[in-house]
This record gives sequence, C-alpha cells and structure tokens, in this order.
Amino acid sequence: MQTDYRNRERRRRAAWIAFLILPPLAIMLTFVVWPLLSALSAAFYRWEGMAQGEFVGLKNFADVLFGDHFAALTWRAFRHNLFVFFALFVVQNSVGFLLAWFIYREPFGFRFHRIAIFMPVILSTVLVGFLWKLFLDPNFGLVNQLLEMIGLGQLRQPWLGQETTALPALVLANAWHWVGFPALVYLAGMQRIPREILEAAKLDGCNGWQMLTRVVWPLVTPSTTITLTLLFIGAFNWFELPYIMAGLDGSPYGSTDVLGLYFYRTAFGNQTAGLQDFGHGNALAVLMFLFIAAVATVITQYLRKREIAL
Amino acid sequence: MLAGNMTKSIVRRTIGKLALTMFVAATALAAPAQAEDITMWSWRQEDKAAYAKLIAAFRKHHPDINVKFEAFEAANYNTVLSTALAGGTGPDVVQVRAYGTLGVGKPDYLVPLDKTMVPEFANFPDSAIAAETMRADGKLYAVPLASQTMLIIYNKELFEKAGVTPPNTWDELVTVSKTLKEKGINPFGNGTATAWQNETIVGALLSSQIGAQFEQDVLAGKADFTDARFVGALTRLNEIKDYFAPNFSGVDYAASQQLFAAGRAAMFAGGSFEIANFLRQNPKLKLGLFPSPVAKAGDPKLVALYYDGGYAINAASKKREAALKFLRFIGTPEFGTAFSNDLQNISPIKGVNFENPLLKEVATLNQSAMSYIMLVNFRYQEPTGSVLLQSGVQKMLAGKATPAEVGAEITKGIATYYAPFKK
Repeated sequence: MQTDYRNRERRRRAAWIAFLILPPLAIMLTFVVWPLLSALSAAFYRWEGMAQGEFVGLKNFADVLFGDHFAALTWRAFRHNLFVFFALFVVQNSVGFLLAWFIYREPFGFRFHRIAIFMPVILSTVLVGFLWKLFLDPNFGLVNQLLEMIGLGQLRQPWLGQETTALPALVLANAWHWVGFPALVYLAGMQRIPREILEAAKLDGCNGWQMLTRVVWPLVTPSTTITLTLLFIGAFNWFELPYIMAGLDGSPYGSTDVLGLYFYRTAFGNQTAGLQDFGHGNALAVLMFLFIAAVATVITQYLRKREIAL
Repeated sequence: MLAGNMTKSIVRRTIGKLALTMFVAATALAAPAQAEDITMWSWRQEDKAAYAKLIAAFRKHHPDINVKFEAFEAANYNTVLSTALAGGTGPDVVQVRAYGTLGVGKPDYLVPLDKTMVPEFANFPDSAIAAETMRADGKLYAVPLASQTMLIIYNKELFEKAGVTPPNTWDELVTVSKTLKEKGINPFGNGTATAWQNETIVGALLSSQIGAQFEQDVLAGKADFTDARFVGALTRLNEIKDYFAPNFSGVDYAASQQLFAAGRAAMFAGGSFEIANFLRQNPKLKLGLFPSPVAKAGDPKLVALYYDGGYAINAASKKREAALKFLRFIGTPEFGTAFSNDLQNISPIKGVNFENPLLKEVATLNQSAMSYIMLVNFRYQEPTGSVLLQSGVQKMLAGKATPAEVGAEITKGIATYYAPFKK
C-alpha cells in the first residue's frame, strides 16, 4: 500500500517534470538542434541552387578555406570581421566604459544622459541603417553638411563609396546604435563597487585617471567579460547593418564584405549578380559557427580566470 | 392495340428515362472537366490585378480551365519554388527565370517543350528561345515573358534647355555632357555605390563599342575580356565618369533614380524597366531614349538585351494538357499586347501592339541588339561574370584599377570554369 502510493507519487513527479521539460526541449530540438544538424549535413553535398546533388565529403569546406575563388573572399571577409571586432572594441566598448564612468559620477542631468545614451539601442537595425545611410549621403547628407557648416568643407567625403571610409563608417554607425549597451553593463558594474574602496583610494591620493585605470577597471572585469564576449559574437555574426548600408556585395568592390554577407550571398544568391549555392554557403555557416563557438568559449574561460586574478 | 400502345409508351418512357439518366450521368462526369483548376506561381505580387485580366482573356478561349494566380515575394521566390519542386509539389504553371538553370536547379522538375507542343514559339526571336533553354541539357522549358533593354533615357526638357540633341557618336556624347555641365545641369544621374548599377552602366553606354562580334568571339573562344574592344570601351567609360552624379561613388541606386526623376540630371544609363519607375515618381517627365553611342559614325548602334523570365510546366503536374493550353496562350500576340500595355513591360512576341510610345521605341531599338553579355552568358557559375564586372567597374570608376586590370581580373575569374579562357 505504502509502496504503491510512493510509486504513484514518483510517477506523478516524473510526469510533472516531463511536462515542464518536454515542450522547451521540443522547441530547442526543432528550431536549434535540427537546423544546425541539417546545415551540417547539407554542407557535405554538392548543390545546384537549392537542389541537392551528390555527396562530396569535405570538398565544400576545402573550397571555402583554400579553393581558387572562394578562399580569397573568405579570408578577406574574415579580416574585415577582425577589423570590425577591434574597431568596435575601441569605439563601442571603450567609449561605453567611459560614458558609464561619466554617468556614474552623476553629473548634472545624468538621468537624461543615461536615457539618451541607451535610447538608440532600442531602435531597430533597419531604421538605424537607413538613417545613417541618409546621414552619410555625399550630396545632401547631414554629415557632409555639418562639416561644411563648421568650416571643414574640404573633409566632405562620399563616405560609403570609398574603400578607405566605408567600413569605418559602418563601424561608427554600429557604435552609435549599440554604445548604450556596454555603457549600461559597465554602469551596473560600477554601481556594485563599494563606495569605501573608492574613498580609500581617494584618500591615498589617487587622481582621476589612476582611479579609473587602477581601481575601477579591475573591479568591473566581470562586465568586460560579458561585453567582450557579446561583442565578439556580434562582430563575427555582423549582417543587418552592412546589408542595409552597403548591400549584399559589400560595396564598394567588397571593401565592406563580412562573413555574414558572404555566407548569405553564397547560400541564397544575389539576385542582381550571383547564384544560389547551398553547399558552399552551408560550409561557410558551419565554419563560422564552429569558430565563433570555439573562440567565445576560450574568451569566456580566459576572462573568468582573469577576473579572479584581478 | 391498346396493349400494343401501352407497351410502346412504356418502352418510350423507359427509353426516355434511360436517356435522361445517361444525360445526367454524362454531365456529372463532364462537370469536373468543365471547371478544371490549374494554379500558377509568380514572383510578381504587384501584378496580381493585371494577371486577373490576362486570365479572364484566356478563359474567353478556354472557359473550361480556371487559372489560380499565386504570387510570392520576389526575394524568396526561388527558395519557395525549389523547395516545392524538390518535394514533388508546386503549381501546374511555374514562372521561371531565364538562363542557366532557369532558377529551378535541375531539368527534371520541368516538362521539356518544343515547337510541335507550342507552335507559338514561332512568334519569338531566337535569342528569347535561347534564354529559356536550360544550360544543363540544351532543352527548351519555358515560354519567354519579357525582355529588358539597357539604353540611355534622357530628359527632353533639359536637353532642349541646354540646346543639345541626343548624340550618335561617343564624341558627341562627350560634347553633349560637357555642354550640359556648363549650363549647370548634371549630365548623368548615375552613381556607382550599388554594385549591379555598374553592370547596367556598361550595358547601356558601351554596347555599341564592345560590339556583337566581340560577344560571338568570346563564345567561340576566340577572344577574352582582355580584348582591345572590351578594354577600349572601359577606357572610354573612365573618361566620362566626371559627368556622372556628383560624388558618384557614394550615390546609390535609389539616390541616382531620384536625381533623374526629380529632373536634376539629364540622362540615366539604365534598364528599360526604369521608364515606368521614373514616370511613376514624376508623371510630368518628358522622356526620350537613345542607344549606346558608337565609336565612329556609321557603326551599328546597339542596345544590350536580356530576357526576364518565362512560364514553364511543372513535371509533377497532373494537368499538363490544361497547363499547356495556358502556355500556348502566353505565346500569342494577344497576351503579349495585353501584358505589355497593362504591365508596361516589353513582350518579345512578334506582332505586339504597344500603346506606350516609349515602349514601342524600345521594341524598335531591340531589333539592333547584342546581349547583356554577363547576365546572358556568364551567370551560371561563381564567380559569375556579373560579380566580376560589377566590382571591377566600380573599382575602376573609383580610380583604383585600370581598364586593363579590370579586363584581366574578369578573364581570370571566368577562366576558373570556362575552358576557352584557361591557358
């Protein structure tokens, strides 16, 4: 009788747990695991557009990494992603850190600044992309007009039309859009620092710069771990903003081409120039996934250790 | 007598009933055939209303066939279609692209057609038929739908204001551009920030200098893109870039269209599909057209031409007969005329009556054409001729590559899959 009751109780508990776990598990399997596995398997076949051909083993992977035509584009896109990552680290995360420090000290109107800095984060990338495309228009864009107004007319540029300025312009637009996020994370980190530590440092004769670099920066390393990891993932998955502002080809002549654009163009085809090639596209996607997952893991592990060391 | 009469009437009645039953049965059997439904897929969502009219016209000839028009977003169309075809489903009548694999991947998905099945193929020029032939097996699969022409569109009022007339030769084009610029009018609205615009610029401005013979030589393996005819034409293009939109390297497609549509530029090197765009944006524009200027007077004036889609039959369709009837209708001048006038497109069908004088002019210019060379011949493998030409010309016009380098780069890229270029 007793065991019977216990068995029933155990079964009910198991059913309850299953009821809680199975739906999210099913969703994960259908929308995350299955697409990943099917992308992986598709990468081993030759494709005529969207029609699957014969099994080709690792050929697609070899092509995109070392092949005649694909490899040059892959590595060029990869270099651009690296540039984007480092550039955003400077103009997005570091500026975010400084802005957080600025707000943390609660200057006049800091509540307004806090909102103003975070505001662009809630805008959609499509909107931000179009807005900045208009701002950067060479003939009637705001940026060139402002330069003219402040007497720097000779600096007017077709920003998005030049190899040298197109990618930096996209990076700046992205930083404008997202700088509020690291700022917010750093601000939260700073607010967790006990006041006594800062006061003690001040009594010991720390100046502002020393306070920032020797005291605050080490104490907010958990925030750096988060923002840096997310920045890395974001920079290597970068797609929407360059797609909207520079087009699928990474105009001009590939100088804004990043892995996201290159993958999309290869897999789904560019209506105005190219072809659909699901095999090579998927091989690229799988490589990107592996690279991002591996590096993100290493970064997190390393930075965690550093957090403790500091 | 009576009995005989009764027998007769019973027999008569029975026969009558039998006949009635048979009639009912026959009509019942015939009924599904009377309302045979076929579906067609297209990527032209915006053409739904026009297709309703075209289908109504078809039903006047074939009241027994009902055509259901379904359209998908153009950017996703190929994906949706290939997925359906690969799964053995999809519509009866399929709108397909032109050239290469017609956008469906493999020949097995479509029903091969010929002139006995569709006698209306006789209404089309050979280049249109070639466009709907699959590269993999050389068979014809679709009835061509529309053609697009690369040419120069000009603003008649601005030309009058500057006192210039459409140029015939390249030197005249330079003079016209110079005069326009001196009078404070932007000669060309074109910008190069959108990659594919660079290909249309080459097709519209340089075809007469590149020449149809060059294309034949390339296809015969006798010339490649380092040829003097091609590189020479690019050199001329490089010389007039200062007449493009101000800061053209940063001016994208939308901005360059606006410049022209707003009357702030006198010429636009682009596709015939722009005509309807421009007039929609600014109905007051007075537009004129001219083909690519020639190197020296007397050379043939050419436009660059390509075909834009066609209609095919799904191999998995169970209603091939009905689908074939609809395809034959699509090949008639009646369809071509209605299609051209309702949708402001250029049907390649002979004997089409254009209401719009500009479209009529394009159709006339089409009679002296070379193909839009990269799209037509080198868009079947990566790196496509289009990808190479677009980025090469974009780079050249930005001053970062010479015409000879562009020609060499294109040849090198195409040589990875095109045997005659391999050395």
